[in-house]
Parts: sequence; C-alpha cells; structure tokens
Amino acid sequence: MEIRELERLAQLRRADAVTMIARAKTGHTGGCMSCLDVLVNLFYREMKEGDHFLLSKGHSVEGYWAILADKGYFPKSELKNFSAAGSPLIGHPNNKVNGVEMSTGALGHGLPVGVGMAIGEKRQGTDKRVFVVMGDGEQAEGSVWEAAMAGANYHLDNLFAIIDRNGLQISGSTEDVMALEDFAAKWRAFGWDVQEVDGNSQSELCDYFDQVKDNNKPHCLIMHTIKGKGLPFAENKAEWHHHVPSEEQLFEAYKALNVEGVEWA
Amino acid sequence: MKAARKAITETLLELGKKDKRIFALATDSRGSVTLGDFVKELPEQFVECGIAEQDAVGIAAGLACTGLIPFVCGPASFYSTRAAEQVKVDMAYSHTNVKVIGVSGGVSYGALGGTHHAVQDVALMRAIPGLQVILPADANSASAMTRALACSREPAYVRVGRGDVEDIYPQDVVFEIGKAIKLSDGKDAAIIACGEMVAPAVKACEMLKEEGIFVKLFDMHTIKPMDVDAVMEAASTGLVVTVEEHSVYGGLGSAVSEYLSQNAPVRMKIMGLPDETLYSGTNKQVFEHYGLTSDGIAQTIRKGLMK
Repeated sequence: MEIRELERLAQLRRADAVTMIARAKTGHTGGCMSCLDVLVNLFYREMKEGDHFLLSKGHSVEGYWAILADKGYFPKSELKNFSAAGSPLIGHPNNKVNGVEMSTGALGHGLPVGVGMAIGEKRQGTDKRVFVVMGDGEQAEGSVWEAAMAGANYHLDNLFAIIDRNGLQISGSTEDVMALEDFAAKWRAFGWDVQEVDGNSQSELCDYFDQVKDNNKPHCLIMHTIKGKGLPFAENKAEWHHHVPSEEQLFEAYKALNVEGVEWA
Repeated sequence: MKAARKAITETLLELGKKDKRIFALATDSRGSVTLGDFVKELPEQFVECGIAEQDAVGIAAGLACTGLIPFVCGPASFYSTRAAEQVKVDMAYSHTNVKVIGVSGGVSYGALGGTHHAVQDVALMRAIPGLQVILPADANSASAMTRALACSREPAYVRVGRGDVEDIYPQDVVFEIGKAIKLSDGKDAAIIACGEMVAPAVKACEMLKEEGIFVKLFDMHTIKPMDVDAVMEAASTGLVVTVEEHSVYGGLGSAVSEYLSQNAPVRMKIMGLPDETLYSGTNKQVFEHYGLTSDGIAQTIRKGLMK
C-alpha cells in the first residue's frame, strides 16, 4: 500500500473517531489522535494473519474501533453506539468485540501479556509477531518494566513495544509529572533494540518496519507524536486528553481532515 | 500424607508430558511450589518470570492467547494481592484460560508473619466475576482438581497450604468443580469447611458422633461457584458452622451466610481468623490459638446446640 493511501486512511479514521467522540460526548481525543497513524499502518499494511495486537493505552480506543469496523469485524453502523448503554463498544478495548484479543485499559497490562504471546508463539515455532502500543504516561507503571526485563531475558525479537511519545499526559508534560528522559537510554539499558521515528509520518513508519531486523532483541519503537494530531484545536494541548469537541469543532476537524463527514453518522 | 502443592505439580508434570499445551510459570518460586521436576523434564513448557507476580499473570494470559494452558504457581499472598489487578483484568475480565495456583496460603508460612500470610485471598478473589475459587483439602483431591482444571477453559484461583496434609480421600476421588463432597451425614448440625480445615472438621464429626451428636459435613472445596444445594442441605439441620483458614470477613463463611440469609435463614457460626494482626507462630500454633482445631470445632457445635 502506498504512503498516500495510508495517509488518506488515517484521515478517514480520524474523522470516524472524532465523530464518535463528539456524538457520544465522551472519549480520549488527544491520545487517540496521536497514535492513530501507527494503528493504521499496522492494520492496513504491516500486520499479517495471526499476528497479535494489544492497545495497552486502551483509552485511545476510538481509532481502534473505527479501524476494526472498516476492516469488517463488525458493521460500521455500530460506531454510532460508542459508549452508549449496553453497547460492547465501550471506552476501552473489550474482547467481547470481534477482532479484539484482550480487554485492556488498566495501564501497564499490555506489555506483560505481549511478552506471554511472544513466548507462546516462539515456543510453538511460529513466525507470528506481537505489537503492543503503549502511552508515554503509562511508562510510570512498574509492570511495564517487569515485562521489559522479561522481553530481553527471553530474546523476544518477535515482540514490538510501540510507545506513543506525545509528551503529554492528563496532568501536563510527562517531564513535569514523572520524568521519562533519557527515555531511549532506559529501554536500551533494559536490552531492547530501540529506534525513534516521527510516529505521525507514514513514510517513517513504513521505513522502520521495512528495515527492522531480528537481532535477538525485542524491539522498542519510540514514536514522537503530537497529542491531538490532525485536529487543529486539540494539537499539543494536555487538556484535550479527554475533552470532547463541540459541533463547531467537529466541522473544523472535518475541514482539516479533508472530509465532508462520515457515512455512518 | 503429602503436601497439596506437591500433588498439584506432580499431576502437572504427568499431564504436561501428554499435552504440550500445559505450561507452568513461576516467580523465583520453582522450589517452594515444588516445580523442580517439571522444570527438569519439561523445560520448554516452563516460564520463569523472576520475582514479578503481576508480570507472571500477564505473561500467562498472553500464553493462553496462543492456545496454551498456563498454570502460574507461586505464593498465594502475592498473587491474590499484588497481582490482583492482573487476575481481575487479564484473567477474569478478558476470560483467558489461566489458572493461578497459590501455594503456602492461609497462615502456612507461620512465623514469617503477615506479609506472607494469605488470609484475605478468598474475599478478594471471589468478588471477581468469572473467576473460580478453589481450596482443595488434601493431596488426592488437589491432584484430581488439577486434572479437572486442565480440562476446563475457565480461569481459576486455587489456594493450597505448604506442609503435608493428612489424606482425606482415596487416590481415585471424584472431584467436580463446584460440587461439594459430603464427608459425614447427620441431622443435628452441619459443618461446611474448606482447605486444610476439612481434616479437623472430620475429626470433630467423629468426636461428636461418640457423644450421640450427628453432624453433616461438607467439603466446600469450590467457594465459587458455590454448591448451593449442599448449603441448603446443611441449613436443613438448623445449625450451620463454617470453618476456614481465612479471615472471618469475606470468605467461605460470608459466602454461605450471604446465600442462607436470603434463602433459608438459619443459625450460623463462622469460624476463621479474626480481623486483627494475627498471633505469631507455626500454622498449628495459630490454629490452636484461635480454636481452629477439632476440639474447637466440636465445642462450637456443642455450644450452638445448647442455645
């Protein structure tokens, strides 16, 4: 798939996600937008049949639901019911929904589960890979580092820890709340193959996945991203962690995303 | 006479030889849970997680997602409290086929103290929807339980003790998850016990029988889902005494009284450990201190019948 197609898909799924949030009047706008490009890259290009995906930063679920609907796991009309009473499309990934392997949302759970999946696949002799998308604020959870140790200990080169380094968490800058830097050095010290890219660039994401090599180490991809990416009113604003766009802002978003609306709403 | 933990790991080894999907995980606990032989004979079916219980439960859930059947084995205290969120989310809420085998539970770590005791574990674990909670009474039933768990797709929390326990059942005991075992029949009163409290309850029934008091005894090895038919049968005697190596808050006694208070109110006594920093000593000394002995159980029945 060409870069331009991936970029267009990202715009369309952003439009789906921002519409879901505006309609439901709830959601995690900022972090959903910052990691949406890698989700698009994984689901439309990189992941193969049988690969595992975990959205450890489960609150960024809106883009995930939109992608699963677009990939045919459930009807797109279901997106209308996001966070509605009785709907399985709740505010975090829920494995009662077709396409979701594990329920996530309690931070720090994805990487340990990913380690287990990666060990399970290796021990059974498959070439299946595991992709875990985490937040940067999530990195304060100790269980992330327990899993980081285990990933290196078991040389899980079929495991990708993808970190959405947008620099902001709900209370402000990650460096003010609980400093992460020198962040890449920490992952290297834990024995991981670490690379950094612009996580909002399809071209850089494609280059990364095309060149990444199995070197007996698990892979850590630090994606520098913009929280609220694609929505001019939300970009780089911590308060947009879970702000909900107004009707006016929704149309501003459509304009910025070069769409007229979404077909299911 | 054998430790229940040993019976479980021996059974896991036997099952694991036949079924390569059976995995064992430990948290630097392979010695204390007696997984040494499993590690030696089936190293490819063993995952060492280091001293990281949260990670271990998450890893087990991941293994289960690839079609494996993981048994996570380590101290009950740390799995039921430190890893409680992973049990809740990664096992029960996500409905993964993971079994946690909590060993050295209750007060079996003795004088190592409250950091190592697991006497709130049943309360915590049974409040989690979709999680089976099982406390087998002896080595043979623990072995049979392990076979039953290996065939079940449901997540489970199991708690056993540390030391050798007297045999209550023959090797071919029929163990059905969720089905209590009646060990004694009688019309005067009923005892519902679980785990290592079943053995003194058996003796208490024998003592009382000699005095002409006939007591029904159920081994309620599965606290959840609880065998409510057995609970109702116990209530038909008019006096129900529950006995457990657990806080009197939230465990077997609470489960039984929750059911009976709403369905068949009956006189009850909950025998267990009080809501306090526990007396220090070996597990036997702690049991004696709190009256969790055959004499203590018999005396509770006698007193209950005098009222």
